[in-house]
Amino acid sequence: MGLSLTRAAQWTMASSGTGKLEFTPMNTFLLKEILHFVEQFSSQHPQEAEHVFEEPFHWSTTLVASDFKTDYDISDSDVQSHEKDCEGHPLLQLSPPTVYVRSFSQLSKLVHLADDKKLEEVQACLEENRDPVVKILGPSFVSTLEKEDAHTDVLSLVDKVKAKDQGKDPEVKVKLFLLLQNMDNQLLSKCLKEVSGQDSLDPTAVKNEVELLKKFCSEGERRVLKLVRYTSDYIFSNGCRSPLWRQVHGEICYLVIEPCDTETLYITCSTAGVFLNGGIKQEEEESGYEQTSDMYKDLVTLLKSRSPHFAENINKQDFGVQELPSTQKIQHVELVDVEEQGQPQRSYEQQEKNVHEKARQQHTLNKAGGEKKYEPCPRWKNLGLMSPCGKAEENKPSKSSGEEKSGEIQENLGPGAKSKMKAEFSVSSFPGRLSSQKIKAEEKKPSKSSGEEKSGEIQKRKLGSGAKSKMKAEFSVSSLPGRLSSQKIKTPAGSMPVEAFSESSSESEEEEEQPERRPESNTDLPSEYWQIQKLVKYLKGGDQTATVLTLCAMMDFNLMQETCQLAIRDVGGLEVLINLLDTDEVKCKIGSLKILRKISHNVQIRRTIVDMGGLQSIVKILDSPVKDLKALAAETVANVARFRRARTTVRQYGGIKKLVKLLDCVPNLADLTANQEKDVEVARCGALALWSCSKSTKNKEAIRKAGGIPLLGRLLKSPHENMLIPVVGTLQECASEESYRIAIQQLDMIKDLVENLSSDNDELQMHCASAIFKCAEDKQTRDLVRKYSGLQPLVLLLSKSDNKQLLAAATGAIWKCSISMENVAKFQEYKALETLVRLLTDQPEEVLINVVGALGEFALIPANKANIRKCGGIKSLVNLLTGTNQALLVNVTKAVGACATDMDNMAIIDQLDGVRLVWSLLKNPCADVQSSAAWALCPCIKNAKHSTLQTRPP
Amino acid sequence: MSAMNRKLIQTLAETISKHVKHFNKTEVECLIREFNVLLGEQTMPGKAVTGLDRIQFRSILHNIFKMTDDMIMDGVFRAFDKDNDCFVSMKEWVEGLSVFLRGTLDEHIKYCFDVYDLNGDNSLAREEMFPMLKNSLIRQPTEEDPDEGIKDLVDITLKKMDHDHDGKLSFSDFEKSVKEENLLLEAFGTCLPDTTSIEAFEQRVFQEQLYQ
Repeated sequence: MGLSLTRAAQWTMASSGTGKLEFTPMNTFLLKEILHFVEQFSSQHPQEAEHVFEEPFHWSTTLVASDFKTDYDISDSDVQSHEKDCEGHPLLQLSPPTVYVRSFSQLSKLVHLADDKKLEEVQACLEENRDPVVKILGPSFVSTLEKEDAHTDVLSLVDKVKAKDQGKDPEVKVKLFLLLQNMDNQLLSKCLKEVSGQDSLDPTAVKNEVELLKKFCSEGERRVLKLVRYTSDYIFSNGCRSPLWRQVHGEICYLVIEPCDTETLYITCSTAGVFLNGGIKQEEEESGYEQTSDMYKDLVTLLKSRSPHFAENINKQDFGVQELPSTQKIQHVELVDVEEQGQPQRSYEQQEKNVHEKARQQHTLNKAGGEKKYEPCPRWKNLGLMSPCGKAEENKPSKSSGEEKSGEIQENLGPGAKSKMKAEFSVSSFPGRLSSQKIKAEEKKPSKSSGEEKSGEIQKRKLGSGAKSKMKAEFSVSSLPGRLSSQKIKTPAGSMPVEAFSESSSESEEEEEQPERRPESNTDLPSEYWQIQKLVKYLKGGDQTATVLTLCAMMDFNLMQETCQLAIRDVGGLEVLINLLDTDEVKCKIGSLKILRKISHNVQIRRTIVDMGGLQSIVKILDSPVKDLKALAAETVANVARFRRARTTVRQYGGIKKLVKLLDCVPNLADLTANQEKDVEVARCGALALWSCSKSTKNKEAIRKAGGIPLLGRLLKSPHENMLIPVVGTLQECASEESYRIAIQQLDMIKDLVENLSSDNDELQMHCASAIFKCAEDKQTRDLVRKYSGLQPLVLLLSKSDNKQLLAAATGAIWKCSISMENVAKFQEYKALETLVRLLTDQPEEVLINVVGALGEFALIPANKANIRKCGGIKSLVNLLTGTNQALLVNVTKAVGACATDMDNMAIIDQLDGVRLVWSLLKNPCADVQSSAAWALCPCIKNAKHSTLQTRPP
Repeated sequence: MSAMNRKLIQTLAETISKHVKHFNKTEVECLIREFNVLLGEQTMPGKAVTGLDRIQFRSILHNIFKMTDDMIMDGVFRAFDKDNDCFVSMKEWVEGLSVFLRGTLDEHIKYCFDVYDLNGDNSLAREEMFPMLKNSLIRQPTEEDPDEGIKDLVDITLKKMDHDHDGKLSFSDFEKSVKEENLLLEAFGTCLPDTTSIEAFEQRVFQEQLYQ
């Protein structure tokens, strides 16, 4: 009750001796909790309840003698309890209006008696006994105990107390103390829950604002603030920096801000707003938390009111960020739709880049904060900023800079295009600048969005290259598609801004996505943009013939190149391509899909396709009667469904069933007719798509329900690698599910998997080994692998030590197979152990885990223990004990433990100080490591020469 | 139908089916009957008729195979009318339909090229492409010169298909392009029926007539 009472409870007069508890919901809540605790105490902890307090609690009670019943000596208005302490003081004594209470059992009784007034009694008691714990246990006792950290156990506490304090019943006291402390913690955490349930400012919003302010500290002559810093560097998982007991008050963090013109400000940021505090300079200060100023809605407002210099200069700064929901309430952020959620992110990104940019200087500070708006993209800003002649341009009217740019472009494009371009350019380079003013009008248009992506991309490219003149050209050209798309794209503007940022966001669904490829493109970007843009124009305005011609022309571009991929999207081509999928024109659909399947290798394109609803259209085509279309659609799905949202979409639109249907063909006929060949191709594409989709658990289930497993089993008989890879890939992906493992075993697929272990194709071998790895958890499967002579090919794969993925899969399969002792015997024939020991060094962790796991199984056979030693494996194993990978440590300790049963091995382990290392792993945070280490310790201690020494912790 | 007529048709079918790849004798018979029906509807009695004239043929293309472009339909007529006598004879009809309905890719390439080769000089010049593509772009009011886009399209097409860079498409240019990208088969306008009209036509002519 110590902390929660002194800190959480809201007293009228902070830190004064005789404060009153305010009547606040928080206090009421606290009182109720404490009352509950007291009421339950004597029944739950009868022994501790009898403990006599060092000092009695005393307070003015409203109770009178008549309220007391039997068990009490009542004389006039005075009341005494029957029970007395050793010195003869009654445990409860009432001499109105004061009551003295000396034990918890009496306290409990009293509150029972008080009945409906019990809350007031507890309140009065607490108000007049500000240090309840000290009163209960005595000051020296408490100070002794409080020095101990929370981890010391009861017994050692008792020892400590016994040594220091000669008082009676130290055990009871300690228990009582722990009970109280426990209660205190519970109270605090409950309070915290209460508080966090209330309206609150977002810690990230505060963080963003602080980040922004920090930028203002470092701008030379335009400096607005001298210093902005947090008092604490530690950030709790909820984003707050204030100590837990202050978080109870909704305080998020404390800041020290030095303005240029006034004294240093010490500021508290809380969920209710920001205010000046009593001067918190460092973390963990005990005082200074009180509010010494008015409450302001955000830091900027506070600073404006405190520092005239700040107020004057801040208006000149680019302050778009402020309109972002920097200080809006959390609920607001949660309520808004997806597009808006992207915004805090954006603001952050904006700050990360340069803030001092003049193009948007005029941008108003005072737009209504809560209103949803599309910011002119920060990347646009960067466009102007990054231009090498940035400074010079800054002061020119934007018109002239626009022309300047178009001039640059023309040089780049050659004379042919000049006249036409010039006209467009003088306008085109504007949007970035004008958009800030025009933003309202353009709100629904996506120009900014595509523009921003573009310029963002350019910016990245700039970072990569650095050729100035080239860059200029790229920048100015890039602004063009933005403008054009503003007229032509009809997609809802919303989808694009999200897209633009998702790549940089921490969106969890991207977990499997590879980092974005940014090719060092030195191609003639402008001409490609122009050409693709022209093609898209014809695509939009053409009949079937023109569309097909245009699509074919588009295919001639290098569609695997990001420049072209993004160009197609940015000029509105992606939308047209997707619209074509919903027409009846087979040729247009084929042409469109032929392009989509290529450009969908690009992460951003995939996302845009899904955002535009294109994946639904593609899924629809999966059951078209035209085989070419089915195959192309499946291939495109295979590319698009690389992220979770896409995979979910495929399933929700019935795509899994359709894809499974595509698998239905006869793959291994000697000579196929042209038609059957097409069926096989369709099935292959279907398998590719399922492979992508199978990375989601629900899809695995859906594939199984759609009857996919037997079909995959049939395709497994195919002689073609390009068919086998997606099929085995899907199977091994799904083998994480029990149902699949059973099916793989029962449908006798192990045989085919084993056969393909001997393929020439590394990837196929890897997937097969990986599937066996997952399936060989089951004993029957392990036996089947042996029966089909799969063990030797697995050992042979160990020689492919360059291909780490293959090596990881092969060693994994060996590990799982070696769980059966018959298999270990076979492995011994193939000298697997020696090879495995060699793999103990210089391998990535995913290989090591499996190698060590296998050795752990091998070492269960006595002969192998010696073999491992002879190959020098003990030293490598002991070395691995110092690692950090928990899965690896589990296996290493197991292997070391298994080896330690051999006396000669033990000598080496001893010599390498291995036992100490194992011992230290008992402190590993992972329970599995601990348990495995503990098991390993048993033989170590048993066999060590100096086992008495070993058992002492290092 | 008289017995003699039936006999005659069978004999004819026998002869023709020897030269036609994709139809069996029965199917040829059906096609001949269909030809007679189409011919009979619009011919004046007594007039010596050698085959379907341009008008008749175009109305067939339009009604049965949903073709609309006059220039393409004329092209198809030319492709059917191998002997250039301005009539599609019975033999030309059956042979033409063999490619039209069931042709292989190679046959289709040849057929399409013939359709597009307006002047029959075995090459497609700019001037021949332009009129075929003339209506393929929706007029854009902002465009200064409405033909600009078409010219552009022709350029794009030539760039894509003119492998020997002589400014026109020879048959081998065309063939090579289509082999590379099948979508280019009907590059200058739809001149082959789609699967649904093929099915509908075959269903009607082959199935129904069998049970007559």
